[in-house]
Amino acid sequence: MAPPQAPSPTLLRVERMSMRFGGLTAVDDLSFDVRRGDITALIGPNGAGKTTVFNCITGFYKPTSGRISMAPDGAIDSAALDALTRSGARGGEGLHLLERMPDHEIARDARVARTFQNIRLFAGMTALENLIVAQHRPLMRASAFSLAGLIGAPSYRAAEQAARDKARDWLDRIGLTARADDPAGALPYGDQRRLEIARAMCADPVLLCLDEPAAGLNPRESAELNALLRSIRDDGTSLLLIEHDMSVVMEISDHVVVLDYGRKIADGAPAEIRADPSVIAAYLGVPDEEVAAVEQEIGA
Amino acid sequence: MEVFLQQLINGLTLGSIYGLIAIGYTMVFGIIGMVNFAHGDVFMLSAFIALILFIALQQFFGFDALAPSFVIVLFASMALTGLWNFVIERLAYRRLRGSFRLAPLISAIGMSIFLSNFVYVAQGPRNKSAPPMFSEVIKLTSGGAYDVTLSYKQILIVVVTAVLLAAFWFVVQKTPLGRAQRACEQDAKMAALLGVDVNRTIAATFVIGAALAAVAGVLYMLYYGVVNAADGFVPGVKAFTAAVLGGIGSIPGAVLGGLLIGLIETFWSAYFSADYKDVAAFSILAVTLIFMPTGLLGRPEVEKV
Repeated sequence: MAPPQAPSPTLLRVERMSMRFGGLTAVDDLSFDVRRGDITALIGPNGAGKTTVFNCITGFYKPTSGRISMAPDGAIDSAALDALTRSGARGGEGLHLLERMPDHEIARDARVARTFQNIRLFAGMTALENLIVAQHRPLMRASAFSLAGLIGAPSYRAAEQAARDKARDWLDRIGLTARADDPAGALPYGDQRRLEIARAMCADPVLLCLDEPAAGLNPRESAELNALLRSIRDDGTSLLLIEHDMSVVMEISDHVVVLDYGRKIADGAPAEIRADPSVIAAYLGVPDEEVAAVEQEIGA
Repeated sequence: MEVFLQQLINGLTLGSIYGLIAIGYTMVFGIIGMVNFAHGDVFMLSAFIALILFIALQQFFGFDALAPSFVIVLFASMALTGLWNFVIERLAYRRLRGSFRLAPLISAIGMSIFLSNFVYVAQGPRNKSAPPMFSEVIKLTSGGAYDVTLSYKQILIVVVTAVLLAAFWFVVQKTPLGRAQRACEQDAKMAALLGVDVNRTIAATFVIGAALAAVAGVLYMLYYGVVNAADGFVPGVKAFTAAVLGGIGSIPGAVLGGLLIGLIETFWSAYFSADYKDVAAFSILAVTLIFMPTGLLGRPEVEKV
């Protein structure tokens, strides 16, 4: 048992990552750590490169340079990490180099899941099916690539039942039990947001990346979301979130990383960030009415 | 009346075969947005595989119990044709998937030419005939101007089609593989982020499509008694028409479209002109594309704003 003051182990480490699109540098030499059990917020003005960072972590983009490492079961060990980097392998012994992995392996082996700013549910499938698809891997293994499913083998039935129960638990948790069999695309916006989070959680991640989960939510929904995110963290999944809503960031995050024009300008606890002059300056670059709103929210 | 009833039976039989082929077109289109022009030739190939297996069973293994050998031939052809299509997808389509849209399409046309010519060279240009099987008929009406008959073959075709479609529907709706297919169809990138191996799911789609085409191939071989290396083209294009008519991407649509095309073709032959039956079927394709591009059961593309 570690002493209470010691920082929790590093789960995800981004080192000197850059992402260039032709002549445009979207992310410039960015380094930060995400620690196990934290809610880490990635904030910054529009166009700061936050979503690009997410896309690099989850395998949508391959970063132009830099290293992204993930230790789903333990802590990142620098010596092991350097050895792995030199070996040229994608991962091994509980350590994965995400920039070398295709996207489905990042989800499967490094156990990183994400949601999108513009919701990407499987709109034509039911809410329940959306949550079962996310449990594809254990089900596929139990059903021997669906062959056992076809003949209704007991091992498969048990796995299918377990997947269904887990999906039902999550529907219960996000208050959508009554709409289990409705097509996901027919749900109201706020429900779709929560369903997308539940779907990501059904993939059993150790790190959940949320891209603006509070966007477009009303204050009541926003408060429910905060409670949901805290409960997810308390159950042992670490969170990395992009958020514009400063009240959400300040209220729930344990650690904040601030980006501006692709560079990191601040990194620390919410209280430090709130007082950081460079953060305030970055946000002052936005139009007047937003400045007032931001100042009010961060209590400046 | 007798003619009508007889043509209804014939049309449903032919339509079952088209429907089975059409599913392969519609599934592949649904999941990767490609019209697999080689699919008709995969169907033709499966008919040859079935014929060879059947003759081998009879001649070399002295296996002449008809029903069991039919079952063996059916499943073996499904497996072998599935394997063929797996290899085709791996070699000719997968590498082109990230490329511009026309590239896999052209590759598919090339594969179609390759397959028909391969069979032409390997099996010769002449019709190959199958030994007659299940040739008994049931007379439904007699005494009129014309006896309406229902052959054992026709019963067999409709029953086998119905059973395998039911099994296939179960796979798509209830198994993890089917769910992964539907998820990839809607948003392959998102499915990958949830741990679905998209390449493997697409490969499985090709294998399943080919297996259903093989069922059609076996039944076709049985029904007409002859197969030819050129037999892939016209049934293939008609099945594609069926998929478009039903709404490409929609599996019930493919079956419905297949039955409709089969019926239209046989009724046209009976009441108008057998020479122009292909014209009738392909006119449907043109009319559907002009007036109802999403087909009977297709989902309209909704512009996201």
